[in-house]
Amino acid sequence: MSIPSALSELASGASTTTGRADLRPHNIRDAVIRLAGNSQDGIQTAGALLARLAGRSDQEVMTYMTIPSTISGGPSIFQVRIGSGEVLSAGDEADFLVAFYQHSYLDHIGFLKEGGVLLYDSDQVQPDLEDKRYVYVGVSVTGLTVEALGGTAKDKGKNIFVLGLIAAIFHLDADKLKGLIRERFGGKNESIVNTALMAFQAGYSYPVGNLLTTRYEFEARDKERGVGQVTMDGNQALAYGLIAAGVRYGAGYPITPWSTVMEILRSELPKYGGLFVQAEDELAAVSLALGFSYAGYLSVTGSAGPGISLKTEAIGWASMAEIPLIVVNVQRGGPSTGLPTNVEQSDLYQAIFGSHGDSPRVVLAAATVEDCFYTALEATRIARKYSTPVFLLSDSSLATRIEAFGEPDLKSLMRAPHPDLSPRPSGYKPYPLDSITRHAPPGSRMIEGKYPVVTGLEHDEMGHPTGRPPLHMAMTAKRRRKLQELAAEMPLPEVYGESPGQTLLVGWGSTFGPIREAVDRARERGKSVSSIHLRHLHPLPSGLENVFARFDRIVVAEMNDQGLYGYGQLATILRARFCEPKISSLTKTDGLTFRVKEILQGIM
Amino acid sequence: MSTSEAAAAALPQQPEKLTKKALTADHPTWCPGCGDFAVLAAFYKVLERRQLPHESIVTLAGIGCSSRFPYFVNSHGAHFIHGRAVPLASGVSLARPDLHVFLFGGDGDGFSIGGNHLDHGARKNVRMTYVIMDNFVYGLTKKQTSPTSPVGYKSKTDPLGAVDQPVNPIKKLLAAGATFIARTHATQINHMIQMIERAMDHNGFSVIECLSECVEFYPGAFDPANPRKGGTFGLIDEKKWDGTPEDELRHDVTDEIAAYRLANVPFPGLFGVFFENDRPTKNALERKCVENTRDRLGNPTDIQLLQATFDRMK
Repeated sequence: MSIPSALSELASGASTTTGRADLRPHNIRDAVIRLAGNSQDGIQTAGALLARLAGRSDQEVMTYMTIPSTISGGPSIFQVRIGSGEVLSAGDEADFLVAFYQHSYLDHIGFLKEGGVLLYDSDQVQPDLEDKRYVYVGVSVTGLTVEALGGTAKDKGKNIFVLGLIAAIFHLDADKLKGLIRERFGGKNESIVNTALMAFQAGYSYPVGNLLTTRYEFEARDKERGVGQVTMDGNQALAYGLIAAGVRYGAGYPITPWSTVMEILRSELPKYGGLFVQAEDELAAVSLALGFSYAGYLSVTGSAGPGISLKTEAIGWASMAEIPLIVVNVQRGGPSTGLPTNVEQSDLYQAIFGSHGDSPRVVLAAATVEDCFYTALEATRIARKYSTPVFLLSDSSLATRIEAFGEPDLKSLMRAPHPDLSPRPSGYKPYPLDSITRHAPPGSRMIEGKYPVVTGLEHDEMGHPTGRPPLHMAMTAKRRRKLQELAAEMPLPEVYGESPGQTLLVGWGSTFGPIREAVDRARERGKSVSSIHLRHLHPLPSGLENVFARFDRIVVAEMNDQGLYGYGQLATILRARFCEPKISSLTKTDGLTFRVKEILQGIM
Repeated sequence: MSTSEAAAAALPQQPEKLTKKALTADHPTWCPGCGDFAVLAAFYKVLERRQLPHESIVTLAGIGCSSRFPYFVNSHGAHFIHGRAVPLASGVSLARPDLHVFLFGGDGDGFSIGGNHLDHGARKNVRMTYVIMDNFVYGLTKKQTSPTSPVGYKSKTDPLGAVDQPVNPIKKLLAAGATFIARTHATQINHMIQMIERAMDHNGFSVIECLSECVEFYPGAFDPANPRKGGTFGLIDEKKWDGTPEDELRHDVTDEIAAYRLANVPFPGLFGVFFENDRPTKNALERKCVENTRDRLGNPTDIQLLQATFDRMK
C-alpha cells in the first residue's frame, strides 16, 4: 500500500506524445488492483492470470472476489493484491480500479484510495472528472477490443485486453503472461487461444504510457525462497491436500461454495485409482462416504452449512460407530439459503455440536489457502489415529481466493491409501474400553472366527447392542476420552507479537491475514497488540489459559453474529471453557471479509 | 461378478467349511413366529451352499426389525441409520470389488424414509443384493402405518384405517431402473433360497421383496399367498426359450412392460423374477473410467501425478 505518492504524480487523461521510456521510474512494493464488471465478462479469468503471474514471479499474491448468486450476469469484482513483501490480506483500499461499466464505477470508486488510478472503459463509463481525488485514465476498451478481434467475438475479450493494459502499466512479464494465456485457453480450440492472444496484444501495445507520467515496476524480491511457489485457490489446495493425505474416495452433492472441491475430486480421484460419487442428496453423500470409510478407505464428504445440516444424523452415527470421516464445510452466509456467495464463519457451533446425543468429533479450520492444504493433511491424520469424524472448516473467501505459496514437499507428505486387511488376532475387539478403536475393515480375516458389526446402537466391546447403564457411561467416556488425548498432543499455536502484552486478538479460519496485518499496523503505532490463531477448535489445545493469562484483554475476532449475549461463536466457547471475563468479542455479519481497519477500530 | 470372483480367488483359501454354526451370531431379538427367522435361515442356507470366503461376506442394514439382521449373521457387518443403508452399501460395494455386499431391511427403510436412495441405487446399478422384508407395518415402533400398508389398515397412526395408496414396490423398482427384481414369501423357504441365489448371481442392483409376516401387529397379512393357510402362491411362469407354443405365453424377464403388467396383479400378486437385464453396473463403469484414465496417463504413481499437477500451478 505504498504507491499513493507516485500515483498522485500521474497526469490524467492528457494525450501527449511522451514515450514510455521517458517516464520516471518508480518501484512499488505492493499494489491492490480491483477489476469491477459483470460476472460474464471474465474478469475472474483476467484476475486469476495476474495472480498466477505473480506467483510465478515469486511475488506474494492474494486475491478476493465476489460472485453474484444469480445464474448469469450481475455485478462482480475480482481483486488482486500483488506485493514484493508479505501479503496478508486482499487489501482495504484499491490503488488501481478498473471499471468496465458505469455501475462498476459508481459502486467501487469509494474503494479507490485518494490519489489512486481509475482505469475505465470510456465507451461505457462517464466518471465525474471534477472529483480531483483520483487519476483518470480512459481507454475505449469496448471499441478497441471489437476493433482488434472483429467478427463474432464482439466485445468478448475485454478482460484480456485490460490484462494487456495492466501488463503494460506495471511492466509485467508479457511473455510469461502469454504463456499463461495459452495454458488457460489451451484446452479449447486454437482459434480461442489466438483470439485471446490478439486481445492481449492489443491491450499491451496500446500507448497507455501516453496517459501516465510514472513508470511502475515491482521491486525485485529481496529474499529468495528455497522452493518454488504454486498458485491456486483454497478449494484446490484443500482437494489436493486430501489427495496428498491418501484420500481416494468421497461423495458429495453440489452446493456453493463447496462444489469446486467435489468437481476437482470427481475428475482427479480416478487418476489415482479412486472414485468420487455425486450422490442423489446430502444424506446419501455422507452415507456413501461412511461406506467407503467402513470399507477401509478414509473418505471425504463435504458441503456448505445447509447441506451439513442434512448430514448431521449420519455424522452422529460416525461418532457412535467410531468411523473415521472427513467432513468439509466451506462456509457461506446463513441460515438457510442465506448469502450463498458471501463469507461468514457462522457454522462453528454446527461443526462442534451439530448432531444428536453426546457425539464427539474434531473440528479444524484452515487459515489461508496454503493452510487449506496442510489442514487437510492434519484432518486425515487425526481421523485415522483417533477413528473419528473430523470437520474441516473453510469459507467462501478461502474457496475462491488465489494465493501463491511455497511448493509443499510431496515426498515427505504423501500418504498411501490402502486399507489394513491383515488378519486380526484372537481377542480382537472393535470397541475396546481401554484403547482407541481400530476397525477391521471387511475382508480382514478374523483368526478367532468371530466377525465384528459396527453399529449406531450403544454396544459392548464386541459391538453387541446393549442398553446397560454402566456400558453406556463407559462407552460415552471412551468416545470422549480419545479427543482429550488428542488435545494433550496438540501443539499450542504461537503468539504473534509480544507476550505478555496488553491486547491479544484471537482468530480462527480466514481472518488470519487481516488480524495479522492489524497487529502489524497497531504495533507500528506503538500499541501493544498481539494475536493467536487457532487451527484446532474442538478440542481446543491444552494450555491456552496460560497464554490468556499474559494479556490484559482478549478480543476474539470472527465473522458471525454477537448472539443473544454479546459474544460470537468462538468467543462464547472460549468463555465457557475458561470462565475468563477478559474475553470480549468483535463480530461482523456483512458477508464480507474483515478489513484491517475494522479490526483496528474494534480494538482501539 | 467376474471382478469380484477374481478378487475373491486372490484371497487366501478358506481354512474351514462355512457351516451354519460358523455363520450364527447373536440369537435374533425378533418375536416368536416372525417371518424374518425364515429369511435368516434361507440366507444361512445360501451362504452354506456358496462357500464364499468368510471374510468377504458383508451384511449391512438400516433401521427396523428386519434391519437387526447383521447382528444375527457372523460376518463383517454394519448397522446403519434409518433409510440410508443403500448409499452405505454402495460405498462398500464401489470401493471393494472383492466383497459380497448383502443388504437387509424393511418396507419403511426401503420404500419410505429411504425411498429416494432405493431409486438412485437402482438407477446407478450399484452391485449389491438387497432383501426387503416387507411386512406392511412398522413393527419396531409398535404398529404404525407403513408405505405398503393397504388402504383401510388400522394402525396407531391410522385408527380409522389407512387412507394413502400404498407403494407398489415392483413398479417403483422397475421405474427406477433396478436390473434384478424378484418377489418371494417368507413361508416358501425353497423359493426364497432360489431368489437370493439368483439375486447374488446377478451382476448389478438386485432387489427381492420378501413378504414377511409381522405376527404381532399384522398377523395373517400374507395368508392369501400361503397355501397352508388356504392361499395361493402364484408363481411367475418364466420363458424357457424352448420354441413351444406355450412358451409364447410365458414371461420374458427382460420385458419391462410385461413386468409392469405382472406387477399390477392385485394382492397377493405373483412371485418370482419380474425383471432382469444386464445393463452395466456403476462398479464396472467407474472401474473402466479409472483404467482408461490411468492408461491415458501412462499409469503414473500417486506422487508423479500430484507433482505434475503442482508443476502446472507454478
